[in-house]
Amino acid sequence: MSAPLLDVANLRVTFPTLQGPIEVVRGISFTVGRERLGIVGESGSGKSMTGRAILRLVRSPGIVTADRLRLGDTGLLTATDAEMRTIRGRRISMIMQDPKFSLNPVMTIGAQIGEALTVHEKLPRRDVRRRVLEMLDAVRIRDPERVFSLYPHEVSGGMGQRVMIAMMLIPEPDLLIADEPTSALDVSVRTQVLQIIDDLITQKGMGLIFISHDLNLVSRFCDRILVMYGGQIVEECQAGKLDEAVHPYTRGLLASVPKLNETRAELPVLDRTSWSQA
Amino acid sequence: MTTIEWLLADSPSSRMQARLGRSYRVFNALLRNPLAVIGALIVLLLIVMAAFAPWFATHSPIAGELSERLAAPSAAHWLGTDELGRDIWSRVVYGSRITLLIVALVAVLAAPAGLLIGAISGYFGGWTDRVMMGITDIFLSMPKLILALAFVAALGPGIENAIIAIAITSWPAYARIARAETLTIRNSEFIQAVQLQGASAARIIGRHILPLCSSSMIIRVTLDMAGIILTAAGLGFLGLGAQPPLPEWGAMISRGRAFILDQWWVATMPGFAIVIVSLGFCLLGDGLRDVLDPKQGGKQ
Repeated sequence: MSAPLLDVANLRVTFPTLQGPIEVVRGISFTVGRERLGIVGESGSGKSMTGRAILRLVRSPGIVTADRLRLGDTGLLTATDAEMRTIRGRRISMIMQDPKFSLNPVMTIGAQIGEALTVHEKLPRRDVRRRVLEMLDAVRIRDPERVFSLYPHEVSGGMGQRVMIAMMLIPEPDLLIADEPTSALDVSVRTQVLQIIDDLITQKGMGLIFISHDLNLVSRFCDRILVMYGGQIVEECQAGKLDEAVHPYTRGLLASVPKLNETRAELPVLDRTSWSQA
Repeated sequence: MTTIEWLLADSPSSRMQARLGRSYRVFNALLRNPLAVIGALIVLLLIVMAAFAPWFATHSPIAGELSERLAAPSAAHWLGTDELGRDIWSRVVYGSRITLLIVALVAVLAAPAGLLIGAISGYFGGWTDRVMMGITDIFLSMPKLILALAFVAALGPGIENAIIAIAITSWPAYARIARAETLTIRNSEFIQAVQLQGASAARIIGRHILPLCSSSMIIRVTLDMAGIILTAAGLGFLGLGAQPPLPEWGAMISRGRAFILDQWWVATMPGFAIVIVSLGFCLLGDGLRDVLDPKQGGKQ
C-alpha cells in the first residue's frame, strides 16, 4: 500500500470535569489509505469523537492531543483555523447521521449543495448550478431540476441523506467520514444509500471511514475493521476475517448478534469483567 | 373554480399557487383579528397621509396668518390654529412625514446592527459574548429617553441626530433577541454540517444564522415602533428633536403647553396624533406576531 491518506498515532480526546479530566478517546492509532475502514463499537465508545477529532470539530472544552495526526503531509493539529477551513470539505468531509437535522430548513437544497462548492472554489453561478445538478444526478435523484429548488422538509429521509452525500462529496474530498449515515433511515433505503456511497468512493478513489454500531453491515461493506471499546481500539482485522477475531469483547459482540434459525434460548450478554480495566 | 378555492386548494399544483395560498391564509388570519385590522388601517392611513401630504393639508404647514392666531377648531381650520396662526390639521398631516421618516430610519439602522451584534456574540460565545453583552447590558440598564437625550445633547439638536440617538438606544433589545435565537441555532446539526464543509464564521453567521433570526426581529421591530415614536416625540417636546419650523408632533405639543388651559387644541391635537399612531403600530405588531409566529400557529 502507498503512503496512507490519514495517519493517526496516539490520539486522545479529553474533557475536563469537576471529577478531573475524563478521556473519551484513549490513545488510538490507525492509518487510512484509499480503502474502506470501518469503526464499530457501542454507544459511548468514542467512535464519533474520533471522527470529530480528525476534523478538529470537538466542541470546547474538549481537548485533542496526538503524537501524530497527519493528512497526507499536512499536520492537522498544527494547522491554523484558516488552513483547517480549506481542509474541511475540500479534503476531508463528513456525512452526518440524520438528514432531518443536518440540512438548513430555510435554504433550498440546491443552494446548500452549491454552498459547499462556493466555499472552496470561485465559480460562476451557472457552473455551480450545473455541477449541483450533476451531483444530484450522481446520487441517483431522479428529477434533479425539481429537487434543486425544494426545501429540506419537502424531501424524504432517504432522499435527504442522498442530498447530504451530494453536499459532502461535491468538493471532491480525499477522505470521507461517514458517521452512521444510515442509522436514521428505513431499512429499505439503507442498502441503496450505502451503494451510492460505495460507487462514488470507488469512482473517485477516495478513502472512507465508516462509523457504525452494526457489525454485520460493516463486515459486508468495509475492507478493514477497527473495534473500539471504552475509547480504545481493542481489535483490528480484515472485514472477511471477523469470525477469527480474538479479543473477548469482539467475540462477545459477535455472539450476541441474533441469527436466523436460532437454536439458543437466550442471547448471551456481554461479560465485561474479563477485559475492562479499572 | 373560483379564485378563493384556487388559493385554498389542499394540493396546490404549483409553487406559486402554494405561496399565494399561504399569503392568503395569513391575510385571512389577520382579518379575523379586528384589532390588528384597525392597527393596519391606522398605519396605512399614516403612510398614505405622509405620501400625499399636500393633498390632505388644507393650508401651508409653515406659513401662518397672525390675525387668526389661536383660533378654535372650525370649518376653516378643522383642528384650530396655533400661536402663529398656522393651521394645526395641516401641520399634523405634514408631521406624519417626519414621524414616518424617524421610524423607518431607526428601524433600518438599529435592527440590522442589533441583529449582527447579537448573532456574533451568540455564535462565538466566550469572551466575545461577555464583552458584547456587557456593553448591551449597560445600554439596556439606562432609560431609553434619558440616554437618547444625552446623545442628542452631545451630538447637537436636529432631526438627523435625534434619529441617530434613538437608533443607538434601541439596538440592545434586538441584540438580546438575536443572541438568544443564535444560541439555539448555533448547536444544531446543520450548522455543524456547514462547519465541516469548511465555511468561515462570517459565512455561517451571514448565510445561515441571520436569516433564521430575522422573522422574530421583524415582529419585534413592529412592536417597538410605538416606542420609537414616543421617544422621538419626547425629544421633540424637549426641543432636541426636529427644529422649528418643522411640524414635529412632540415639538408642537411643547409649544402648545403655554396655552393648554385656554386653547386646549394646540397641544391636544398633535397629542392625539401620537397616541393614535403608536396604538396603530402596537396593534399591528401584536396581530402580526400572532399570525406569523409558527409556534402559536393553529392555536386560535
